[in-house]
Amino acid sequence: MRSRTYQSAAIAAEIAVPLLILAAWQAWTVHANDPLFPRLSTILVQFKDMWLFSQFQLHVVPSLIRIAAGFALAVILGLIIGVPLGLSRWGRLLAMPHIEWWRAMPPPALLPISILLLHSIGDRQKISFIAFFCLFPILLNTIDGVRGIDPNLIETTRSYGIRGFEQIRRVVLPAALPQIFAGLRTSLSLAVIIMVLTEYFSSTNGVGYVLLISKNTFQLAPMWAAIVLIGVLGYLLNLMLILVERRVLAWHRGWRAAATQ
Amino acid sequence: MSTVGKRLLEIRHVAKTYGSGDSAAPAIADVSFAVDDGEFVCVVGPSGCGKTTLLKCVGGLLSPTSGDILLRGRPVAGPPEEMALVFQEYGRALMPWSTVRNNVLLPLRHKKLGRQRRNALVEEALEAVGLTAFIDRYPWQLSGGMQQRVAIARALAYQPSILLMDEPFASVDAQTRGDLEDLVLRVREEFAVTILFVTHDIDESVYLSDRVVVLTHGPTEVKAIIEVDLPFPRDQIATKELPDFAHLRGHVYRLIKREQVESGDELAATLSTATKGERP
Repeated sequence: MRSRTYQSAAIAAEIAVPLLILAAWQAWTVHANDPLFPRLSTILVQFKDMWLFSQFQLHVVPSLIRIAAGFALAVILGLIIGVPLGLSRWGRLLAMPHIEWWRAMPPPALLPISILLLHSIGDRQKISFIAFFCLFPILLNTIDGVRGIDPNLIETTRSYGIRGFEQIRRVVLPAALPQIFAGLRTSLSLAVIIMVLTEYFSSTNGVGYVLLISKNTFQLAPMWAAIVLIGVLGYLLNLMLILVERRVLAWHRGWRAAATQ
Repeated sequence: MSTVGKRLLEIRHVAKTYGSGDSAAPAIADVSFAVDDGEFVCVVGPSGCGKTTLLKCVGGLLSPTSGDILLRGRPVAGPPEEMALVFQEYGRALMPWSTVRNNVLLPLRHKKLGRQRRNALVEEALEAVGLTAFIDRYPWQLSGGMQQRVAIARALAYQPSILLMDEPFASVDAQTRGDLEDLVLRVREEFAVTILFVTHDIDESVYLSDRVVVLTHGPTEVKAIIEVDLPFPRDQIATKELPDFAHLRGHVYRLIKREQVESGDELAATLSTATKGERP
């Protein structure tokens, strides 16, 4: 019984704290009356007018497509490159300096040249750019996860003649999956950031585009509405990934709980 | 007891050295012995004498530096389909993301068997180790002894003609250990499987086997091969009360203790007397 009371208190707090923050925001913006910080109520009305749903199709859908395609590409590449590198010491020796070098590159530094290299200012450039920077957290976590597999497990499967793709599918990938998911979560939030960044440059639609144009034309309520939307998008995307992870990695939570008993 | 037939496994002058040049570490100097069809052979030796290395060579996971390992007269080059290995570290040899059923099923997936035959093998093996009720559980939901039973079931379902076991009961408590020893003796009859069993426990080696191969300190050689003619079925209490059991146990014990003294490892010899030689 005590734990149920505790649980409902936790949920109440989880809902109450954001509401309190919003109320404080509203109170403060009414009090400050600063054009740079429109009232929360103004922003929310603006939010409803723009995103629910008159400009949803025009600006939100392209942004979501870019995130989804870029992220998916990063996942596929991360696994295809990461698994062999995790299994091969020589492969790591050769590849790691290059991975570390590109990983250290700030995304804005490469944005202008990506337009030139990809001969594109459209979705091809934006999706590739998102995929490129989302790749690194997935790649590094996949390499680490694969490297960290218990040698006992590898030896056992080897003794049963399980090799090659079968071994990767049945043993290597599932064993590395908890760490791969850690990479996916980092990458997904990175995807939102890079999406906004790519839409700042040579873009004609998207949430980042709306944000920049609104700022440049001193339309501060739409600008804030775009910022709120980006936050909501990031939150919901992360929530979706957590729900998937809970399903896929249910065993991992049980296993860890058993190990710490 | 089961009928002991013709030669199944032959280990001929096997040597294994890790590394090369200045850093070369010889683990096995020269080991030869044979295992016949249906036999239960235990390999005992002082701690760190290369027992596990030997078993991995036999299982095709390591290649010996020199010498031959022959299974039914054919040299072992990689893990043969006729062998199954059970390791000491049961917890780490099972897949935590798979249920007990899928853990046992894993090695059968790439055998050319129908789905029904596969499932039948899995269920049969789990029944033999008394885990039918736990088939849909995860390994981490089971106790250590039960997890090792899953590993044994997986090996049995693979239908090997020889089962290689590497100190499989070294990390379970004494009571469970006795139960698992009897379980292995039972499934050996039921599945008509030959067993090569590595242990550092002298009592265990005498209790289980038809023959005990005593190894020397590393670099390893065979010190002695002792026939164990205790009657089957064996019983944890009755068998261990037999004068013959005490005699054999003492014999193996003296061989290993003398080995430790001869190798200059007097501290180990004293320690092993103090702890009955049961801990590494």
